[in-house]
Amino acid sequence: MNNTFRGGIHPETHKSLTRDLPLRPVEAKGEMVFPLLQHIGKPALPLVKKGDAVLVGQRIGEADGFVSAHVISSVSGKVKAVEKRRVQNGQMTECVVIENDGSYTSLEPYDSRYDVSHITGEEILRRIRDAGIIGLGGAGFPTHVKLSPKDPSAIRFLIANGSECEPYLTCTDQLMRTESAAIVEGLELMLRLFPNARGVICIEDNKPEAIAAMQAAVAGRQKLSVLPCKAKYGQGGEKMLIETVAGIFYPASMLPADVGCIVQNVCTIYAIERAVVYHEPLYRHVFTLTGDTVASPGNFIVRDGMSFAELLEAAGGLKEGACPRKAIVGGPVMGMAISSLSVPIQKTSSGVALVSVDESEVGQSKMTACLRCGRCATVCPVGLTPQMMADAVSVGDLERYEKKLYGLECLACGCCGFICPAKRPLVQMFLSAKAEILSRKRAQAGGKK
Amino acid sequence: MIVFLTTLVIAVVGAAVGFGLVYTGKKFHVEVDERETAVRECLPGNNCGACGFAGCDAMAAAIVSGAAPVNGCPVGGAPVASRIAQIMGTMADVKERNVAFVQCKGSCKVTRNQGNYIGVQDCRTAVLSGLTVTECSYGCLGFGSCVVACPHDAIHVRDGVSVVDPRKCIGCGLCAKACPRKLIVLIPESRHVAVQCSNRDKGPIVKKVCSAGCIGCGMCQRTCEHDAIRVTDNLACVAYENCVQCGACAEKCPVKVITLPLGQVKKNIPA
Repeated sequence: MNNTFRGGIHPETHKSLTRDLPLRPVEAKGEMVFPLLQHIGKPALPLVKKGDAVLVGQRIGEADGFVSAHVISSVSGKVKAVEKRRVQNGQMTECVVIENDGSYTSLEPYDSRYDVSHITGEEILRRIRDAGIIGLGGAGFPTHVKLSPKDPSAIRFLIANGSECEPYLTCTDQLMRTESAAIVEGLELMLRLFPNARGVICIEDNKPEAIAAMQAAVAGRQKLSVLPCKAKYGQGGEKMLIETVAGIFYPASMLPADVGCIVQNVCTIYAIERAVVYHEPLYRHVFTLTGDTVASPGNFIVRDGMSFAELLEAAGGLKEGACPRKAIVGGPVMGMAISSLSVPIQKTSSGVALVSVDESEVGQSKMTACLRCGRCATVCPVGLTPQMMADAVSVGDLERYEKKLYGLECLACGCCGFICPAKRPLVQMFLSAKAEILSRKRAQAGGKK
Repeated sequence: MIVFLTTLVIAVVGAAVGFGLVYTGKKFHVEVDERETAVRECLPGNNCGACGFAGCDAMAAAIVSGAAPVNGCPVGGAPVASRIAQIMGTMADVKERNVAFVQCKGSCKVTRNQGNYIGVQDCRTAVLSGLTVTECSYGCLGFGSCVVACPHDAIHVRDGVSVVDPRKCIGCGLCAKACPRKLIVLIPESRHVAVQCSNRDKGPIVKKVCSAGCIGCGMCQRTCEHDAIRVTDNLACVAYENCVQCGACAEKCPVKVITLPLGQVKKNIPA
């Protein structure tokens, strides 16, 4: 099959644990924590204070500026506190803490359709912004910003990302199987914003049921198509999808909109459909709980704000005597390990894998010097030379890393680290080098002012 | 004949080169303030950059031109400042030498690691991983980014926490810049009352993660007769302008997180 990109890897997917398990709603019980910064941009400003009563779907955090997003309560109850709590990324972030009263009294029922046949583009964008929708693929970029490029008529491709190339995760697969009509409707609503665009739904070919469901849903629609892609890790990246669909490769200094493409995760598109057609803000989303230590793994519809520990308990807990060595949120390759399961699930959490064997631990025990085999360069989807970049980082030559080796183009997709037979911690080296370069640049810019 | 010719050629070439050297020497002469050379000789010469200039040469030029004060070298301290002041013909307002101090005593005995961090053994990289690494989210990570940054081998990780050797420390502050948790501060050399903790959580939370951490009980604040130590954000903080180093706070501190004054602390420094 030609529908793919250059590079990429084939890790063990572990998707069989959950791939055929239907989505189940879970209700939260106890305390709910809503971080005010779940997105890229400025943190939201709290709209409630201690003692306030809130309802399901009520806005509790107001977007601060254009590149920011609202925060929505997923339960009804009383605000317990507005304070700093530890969140998924390990940082302490300002959070709204709500004591759930368990009644789930909602602002609106969110089950009756509104007429959208004459809805304008501005109205769609306003609904998306009001619903607090951000990219649910993991990065959390505010969706209304992404859908407001400088020149909407220059957009040629609207790519629905249903690749789900990360191992373990299967909730997007299930969502496409069950909600294909809603996803197609959401995509059509988005297409109204871009008169010259075509909608392409990219799905990896290891999800035949999802491909069949989506194909049936798009049948007879001129501007939409389903593109089955080769199942390969890396396919779900924005850059790789654009390379697959449009055949365009662009540098890190450019945005997808600059090359006439906009990529949205299908979960985001589903949220857009719910927001525009049902006026339902984003307070719940699909989630995969998996790993070899979980008693009954599965795909769930979770409410934002519940803790990972609570979800685990509701799903049946750990296997008898099992002790997870690591908990990784958002897929094991690009996801982040979390230190504690008591942190809240937020909009961008797409799944958690509780694994008994820590691959990085195994890897480090086998680490040797670089063999100069060059496999890292063959799998790099951006076409970089990780072995040379690692050399530059280890001697502290960040100038060479940035200017000669184009180190800032690195997506940190993890392909090089996975394939490395010497088990070098390549991605981690690149991440720290990038952070160091960016902080120096910031310091320089600050010095000039 | 050949002897004569050789002598002549060498004499002519020698004369030409000699005149050339004299001419270029005059033509390209650069005026150097002799004070600058003298000042440069007074400076320690390790080019650490702690003064804020590119090195000791740049610092000497800055002192002579008036861009830097005569006591601007934090490494040299009072003796260097007074010598430079002599050269410059001014009085040195003597500044005391600073020494780095790690505001954490979270060794392996009192706190634990968390999150099973595996990867590049470097504090700044570890922080990027998103794991808290140590149970205390404020404490020393112990991977030694400061050790690598130190040009004078004055800071070491002992038992999971960085410790400064004040005799070797030149107060350049490079370790403080390298620490991602901002645990290292520079304090005047003679000042030995300092709080060895940076945790701003409430007492019970601190107790859970570290048995040596400041619990913000306020005992030090109540004990101090000079209003020189205050608890803000659940963490004690010394106000050096008021401190007389009596050591009352350190004695009363229930978790012994405040270091003791001069005489007692000197004994504690391992050889």
